[in-house]
Amino acid sequence: MSFVFYVLAALSVAGALAAVLLKNTVHCALALTVAFAGLALLFLQLDAQFAGFAQILVYIGAVAILVVFAILLTRGSETPKDGIYSRNWPVGLIIATSVFAVLGWAVLHSMSAIPQSTSAVPVVTVLDIGNALMGRYVLPLEIVALLLTAALIGAVIVAMHEKERPK
Amino acid sequence: MTPLAGYLLVAALLFSIGLAGALTRRNAILVLIGIELMLNAANLNLIAFWRYGPHPEALTGMMFAIFSIAVAAAEAAVGLGLVIQIHRHAHTTDLDAMNRMKG
Repeated sequence: MSFVFYVLAALSVAGALAAVLLKNTVHCALALTVAFAGLALLFLQLDAQFAGFAQILVYIGAVAILVVFAILLTRGSETPKDGIYSRNWPVGLIIATSVFAVLGWAVLHSMSAIPQSTSAVPVVTVLDIGNALMGRYVLPLEIVALLLTAALIGAVIVAMHEKERPK
Repeated sequence: MTPLAGYLLVAALLFSIGLAGALTRRNAILVLIGIELMLNAANLNLIAFWRYGPHPEALTGMMFAIFSIAVAAAEAAVGLGLVIQIHRHAHTTDLDAMNRMKG
């Protein structure tokens, strides 16, 4: 466990906590960007360069901007007068805490089953990833392309359709 | 603690934070942010298992994470479009105020 890992983990967790806890929605979106950046750096730390840069492009470049646009379009930065948490927030907190307890228990008690760390860094170039995408994973790639097209058209139709209101 | 266990614990913590956000926040956009955090935690698990697994040259976990990123992007686009449309229709993004399915 290197020092860099602890710093990056702390950055991601702090960003995620701020994204969930802050009162102003715009601040939440910015904290979410910090969490995404920390996760991208964790991917780079795990020698997954392609996934790390894809994370930066897709999440920081697209999803975070999309969230900010949605906040602007819904005037979501106004703090609601009856609090930012839902009526039954203790139930949600209990569920989330118990999920973390179960996950942490499972990780810590399966140390013997977890494969020991291999010191050899896997040498994976973008060429290998491209070959795999065009070879073994070509069908999932095409399905993802179809899904992205459908989602693009669907999002535009859902968001743009202005129903004429009878007055 | 092995490096893999450290990454798995961080992913579990991020997943729980995202779940707490999705379950407790009132604003629909913040619920979507929580869902994105959960998807990212799952991706971190996939990449960590790929890195420390017995066959990293097979690229399976890496590919799974890349496809998962693509699907998450599609999910975010459609979800935020739905939130914008709901706001246009009901003039609120407060999930507690949305208690009927009839338009």
